[in-house]
Amino acid sequence: MIDFQLTANDKKLLDAIRAEGLVARKYARYYDENEHEFPPEKLEEAKEFPHFMNLLGDRTDEDCGMAVLTTLIAQEQTWGDYSVRMRRQKGGLGNSALQAAGTDEQKAKWGHLTLAMAITEPGCGSDPSKVQTTAVRDGDQWVLNGEKIFVTTGCRAEGVVVWATIDKSAGRAGIKSFLVEKGTPGFVVTHKEKKLGIRADDTAAYVFEDCRIPRENLLGGDESVPKGGSGGFRGVMKTFNMTRPNVAALGLGIAEAALDFTRDALREAGIEVEYGPGLHGQSAVSERFQRLEALWEAAHLAVLRAGWLADNRQPNNVEASVCKAKAGAVVREITQGCIEILGPMGVSRDHLLEKWFRDCRITDIYEGTGEIQRLIIARTLLDYGRGELK
Amino acid sequence: MISFAPTEEQEVARDTMRNFAAQVLRPMARECDEASAVADSFLAQAWELGLTATQIPESYGGFGAARSPMTNALVLEELAHGDATLAMAAMAPSLFAHAVLDQGSEEQKQQYLPLFCGERYHAASMAWAEPTPDFNALQPRTKAARKGKGFLLSGTKCFVPMGDRASHFLIAAHSDDGLDAFIVPRDASGLSVTAPEKNLGLRALPTARLQLDGVAVADSDRLGGAVRADLRRLLNHGRVALGAIMNGLSRAVLEYCVPYAKERVAFDEAIARKQSIAFRLADMHIEIECTRWLVWKAAGQLERGLDATKSAHFARSYAAEKSMWIADNGVQVLGGHGFIREHPVEMWYRNARTLSVLEAAASV
Repeated sequence: MIDFQLTANDKKLLDAIRAEGLVARKYARYYDENEHEFPPEKLEEAKEFPHFMNLLGDRTDEDCGMAVLTTLIAQEQTWGDYSVRMRRQKGGLGNSALQAAGTDEQKAKWGHLTLAMAITEPGCGSDPSKVQTTAVRDGDQWVLNGEKIFVTTGCRAEGVVVWATIDKSAGRAGIKSFLVEKGTPGFVVTHKEKKLGIRADDTAAYVFEDCRIPRENLLGGDESVPKGGSGGFRGVMKTFNMTRPNVAALGLGIAEAALDFTRDALREAGIEVEYGPGLHGQSAVSERFQRLEALWEAAHLAVLRAGWLADNRQPNNVEASVCKAKAGAVVREITQGCIEILGPMGVSRDHLLEKWFRDCRITDIYEGTGEIQRLIIARTLLDYGRGELK
Repeated sequence: MISFAPTEEQEVARDTMRNFAAQVLRPMARECDEASAVADSFLAQAWELGLTATQIPESYGGFGAARSPMTNALVLEELAHGDATLAMAAMAPSLFAHAVLDQGSEEQKQQYLPLFCGERYHAASMAWAEPTPDFNALQPRTKAARKGKGFLLSGTKCFVPMGDRASHFLIAAHSDDGLDAFIVPRDASGLSVTAPEKNLGLRALPTARLQLDGVAVADSDRLGGAVRADLRRLLNHGRVALGAIMNGLSRAVLEYCVPYAKERVAFDEAIARKQSIAFRLADMHIEIECTRWLVWKAAGQLERGLDATKSAHFARSYAAEKSMWIADNGVQVLGGHGFIREHPVEMWYRNARTLSVLEAAASV
């Protein structure tokens, strides 16, 4: 039966995360203005709040599945503040890659570490098949050389999954991912990026200079370079079917905070948003605000859809792109629109709205830009391969 | 719980309607549009599907299936995918019947519901919209003035689906108690019906204009009787239905554009291979998905008896904006051919513009 109502069990869990988020929000401005000062894993005031893993309780078939729940948790966390997310999340994107592409041995060996993922380079972003970082076999070792930027949680991570080519002439088929532990000689964190938003997040730049790692650190262990195929590339890309809905949810949590703040501010000014009187029965402000809310709801339901498919073991690569593209666009429109509605109050750093406007902007870029999502959706719609639609 | 899975019953209903839409509605859509008329044979054929009678309880002569706005939303999207105009013509009796079923008094149900359980299409309709530039569904200008043990109705109504042949109308009007609806037979004294209206789109749907000059109705003709009806809830039903219909139209546009864009060559390659076209199609797909979930959310709330004012408003307004946008882009993808009546997209463009200004002209 089609149903979009959360169970009492789910609500209880999400309310608890929201309560912690509200505490974290008090520190949001501090960690925004003190960029790169790392927030503690637990704020003193929030030390009574249990980790959400301890709140899962006895889950029934009526409760939502783990993929949906993960997106809802992400959304509640960033509703509090984006920094909650990073404090509370043990793993990084590299952990998802390890789970998607690693062997059982590799998962056992590194699964407990926080792993970042290093794909982007100064000269390539959306087209990861053009990575210039090289991995050359030398006996029982791989030797890595190259430069990586925009590595999310790149400082805090205890290890990193690095994308490098073992055969430049092979294109995508030559791309492999390697696990490099922190402290490996030749692996240097050069600097933390200074950013528009999510400033509490440690986005790093790396250099690999004759960095030697054991041969068995190639994720999945397959050293072959198939002719004309994608090799392990496709497998690693599958990681995104799970992570894209989460990124969409991260943005939606921020946008929800902006909507709540704006609704409250309007109410305080005596402007109540009324639903459904039609174009002639309401003010322009009310109409504008409701439109932003509808956009939020549309993107939110698209996230649930992508998660629900994953929970039911159905393919969700298009839906993951749909919700990512939609959320990436609407969170920008929502935070821009909320500022528009509140005017000077919206741009004042006395309030967090201007910060949310900056924080959410990244969600239409990382984990695949909106344009990349549209490319994926269009190829499926049109039944086109990569060569037919670039 | 969170679930996007229709029940087996709903899947059967959806698939049946999908086939009916493809085999019957789509092939005759253009002809009906050009003729500005709906064929009686079509109405008879659609009636056999039991669109209106299925959810009327057996005690009133219906098939007794559970009342389900969700099932109806699924059905409407499919029918409108064939043709929105014919879908609305086929479903028009539900405007009256489902309103009585949902909000009518026991007396009213006994009197009127059996009309819709016969073997032949029975037209009855809802008269809500008014031909003023500032029409507000919650504050119609049509008045129900108290007179003795009844009311006198005065005002003008427009865009009454199947109003040319409806036996009864539900008239939305303002009484001293607030927003009400009244059951008025076609031959009521003081009621004049002008039909058909000439509209931009939905041309095959005969709509009527009603002039009410002191039409006398009894207390017992007020929908819901003494307890009155919740017209906001009916409006919400209408909004969800329109959302589903508009999304069916949007899907038709996208599915027409995809093969066209793959076939049409410009500058030595299919236009679908250009991002300006391909991304437009991707955006159409995104919005069709999002609209469907908004419609489902509102339909689910209606089904549970919850207040769906907000979700139904979102479903209708979002579907309205996006179906208009999608139909508009459909014309653009076809270029000059989009302007030619040989292709259906110009019709969908007109239909989208028409549908997206409507309120309560369809029912779930």
